[in-house]
Amino acid sequence: MNWPETFRTGAEAVQAHRMRSILTMLGIIIGVSSVILTVGLGQGAQDEVKSQIDSLGSNLLVVSPGSTTSSSGVRGGFGSSTTLTLSDADAIADSSVIPDVKQVAPVTSSSVSLVNGTTNWTTTLVGSTVNWLDIRSRELSSGRFFTAGEVASSAPVVVLGSDTAGELFTGTAVGQTVTVNGSALTVIGVLESSGSSSSETSQDDTAVTPLGSASSVTGTSGTSISSIYVEGAAESTLGAAYQEINSLLLNLHGVTATEADFTITSQEALIETANSTNRTLTVLLGGVAGISLLVGGIGVMNIMLVSVTERIREIGLRKALGATPRSIRRQFLVEASMLGLAGGIVGVIIAVIGAQVLPGLIDQPVSLSLLATAAALVTSLALGIGFGVYPASRAARLTPIQALRSE
Amino acid sequence: MSEPIIELDQVWKSYETGAFTVHALRGIDAQIQEGEYVAVIGPSGSGKSTLMNILGCLDVPTSGSYHLAGQDVSTMTEAALAEVRNRRIGFVFQQFNLLASMPAWRNVELPLVYAGVPRAERRERAIAALTRVGLGQRADHKPGELSGGQQQRVAVARALVTEPAMILADEPTGNLDSESTTDVLELFDELSELGRTIVLITHEHDVADRAGRQLLVRDGQIATAVGAA
Ligand SMILES: Nc1ncnc2c1ncn2[C@@H]1O[C@H](COP(=O)(O)OP(=O)(O)O)[C@@H](O)[C@H]1O
Ligand SMILES: [Mg+2]
Repeated sequence: MNWPETFRTGAEAVQAHRMRSILTMLGIIIGVSSVILTVGLGQGAQDEVKSQIDSLGSNLLVVSPGSTTSSSGVRGGFGSSTTLTLSDADAIADSSVIPDVKQVAPVTSSSVSLVNGTTNWTTTLVGSTVNWLDIRSRELSSGRFFTAGEVASSAPVVVLGSDTAGELFTGTAVGQTVTVNGSALTVIGVLESSGSSSSETSQDDTAVTPLGSASSVTGTSGTSISSIYVEGAAESTLGAAYQEINSLLLNLHGVTATEADFTITSQEALIETANSTNRTLTVLLGGVAGISLLVGGIGVMNIMLVSVTERIREIGLRKALGATPRSIRRQFLVEASMLGLAGGIVGVIIAVIGAQVLPGLIDQPVSLSLLATAAALVTSLALGIGFGVYPASRAARLTPIQALRSE
Repeated sequence: MSEPIIELDQVWKSYETGAFTVHALRGIDAQIQEGEYVAVIGPSGSGKSTLMNILGCLDVPTSGSYHLAGQDVSTMTEAALAEVRNRRIGFVFQQFNLLASMPAWRNVELPLVYAGVPRAERRERAIAALTRVGLGQRADHKPGELSGGQQQRVAVARALVTEPAMILADEPTGNLDSESTTDVLELFDELSELGRTIVLITHEHDVADRAGRQLLVRDGQIATAVGAA
């Protein structure tokens, strides 16, 4: 019997026992759809983290005070000490020292209360230079950003995040005045919403002023800063920039690498840290889903064995009419792989529907991966074939008379 | 006389059933010529079906030799035996053995499927075989929609469709009423006239009387041979 005939016979057998075929496929369907969905959920979470971190700006390195002794251990009050100074930032910005850096923005940040008449809003006051806007990849929705002249003169101006502006003002914010610790700052611009959905560290609840203005309203020293944002000249030279900044700061601070009192973080590293957690979870859940797929395969074998026993007379008859052991084996193998593949296809359809419905229910993005889908389909076919081999060879081995005689 | 199509030489068939061994066939010697119509007759349990299974290459002798058209069957592979069954032999069973899920013509075309005949030709030949047994109008009926006699005629059509040299029938009329029995036996008469070798197994004398020769089987041995050789 040739292959087209074998496929026709297999399809007929699957159809003839429709209910049983569907139940058999159920295991595969559940396995395939849950593998695809868990991988999709993991991928969705990774994509989200990446887009959040990307929204910080491109080719970004962040120099923070304090040091990490390893990737996990933190030494010397990470982020809280005051070992970074404006002169560090100026040194990094000097292109004759570090050619791979495009621009630098030193940043101070402190929590302050902004007051507009009787309205009062606590937010993060960021002090920086004109480079801040570009380095952080931010846009203005109205007004303007402060100028180099305003930075130099520590002008009392402020640019508000979109949320902050909304909290303090009902109408247009630009041109209004907010008071911080008794000092009045003129609102000269409002930032475009960053679109990042992370509520913990909202990019839209902030107030940005020239460095000097920030230190004067908060009454802190003008030289110590909380971090330095550095934009590399290109993605390919980011590693070089990292090395250059590292040795420069070690030199300036007069310390060895093991005593480093600063930390340089790249977006890459941030993404990596966030993703490693996600990946562990995805692998774990994916593994569980994979096991259910395997169980589905065993279900196919079980039903095929039942089917061989049940159709023993049919097998005997086919042999009497001239079926070779090989054509009987193929017939049952094709039937098993059809169950596997059909289950796989239905599983993919359910996963695709699930990917549309699920984000609405659990507030998690699902990004379906073509690779995972193809892999799940191939696996379901392989399971059908793999678990069909034994029942098929049992059917093929029956002698015609054994098969015909059985009642 | 030409070489016999069937030649059995001291054929034994034993079954191990737990404590003791059942000897279903005890040294059968027989020859059947091409074109003969032979009835194998004997009481229930005498070994008729066992004999037919060996003749049809559905089972192998425990000892002794079976030559089919001059070839020793014991030397043939499973696949070669399948081909012999497909090309040379047409079976008719007491229980019809039709596949209930398929219409009559699909049952009839089954041997042609395994013979590798193209699809369009298969249907044509299946319908022709059904027409020959008087069921041309019932090609699309499933076995469940046909009477016992009609089902057995479908089975005969299936046995005919490959134009085999030999037809083996094991109690083909055992489950039929007398009218259907006559129909089926008339079909065998026609086939015999056309030169087919027919081996018909029965325990009824009036059925056996239609054959050219009778082989009487008793306790796994040939007791008497009646009629012309
Ligand atoms: N597979 C088997 N296992 C054990 N005994 C068998 C088997 N097949 C047939 N027999 C025995 O062999 C003898 C002949 O059986 P069978 O050829 O079916 O007789 P008949 O067709 O003449 O009624 C019987 O005694 C039967 O019980
Ligand atoms: Mg019998």
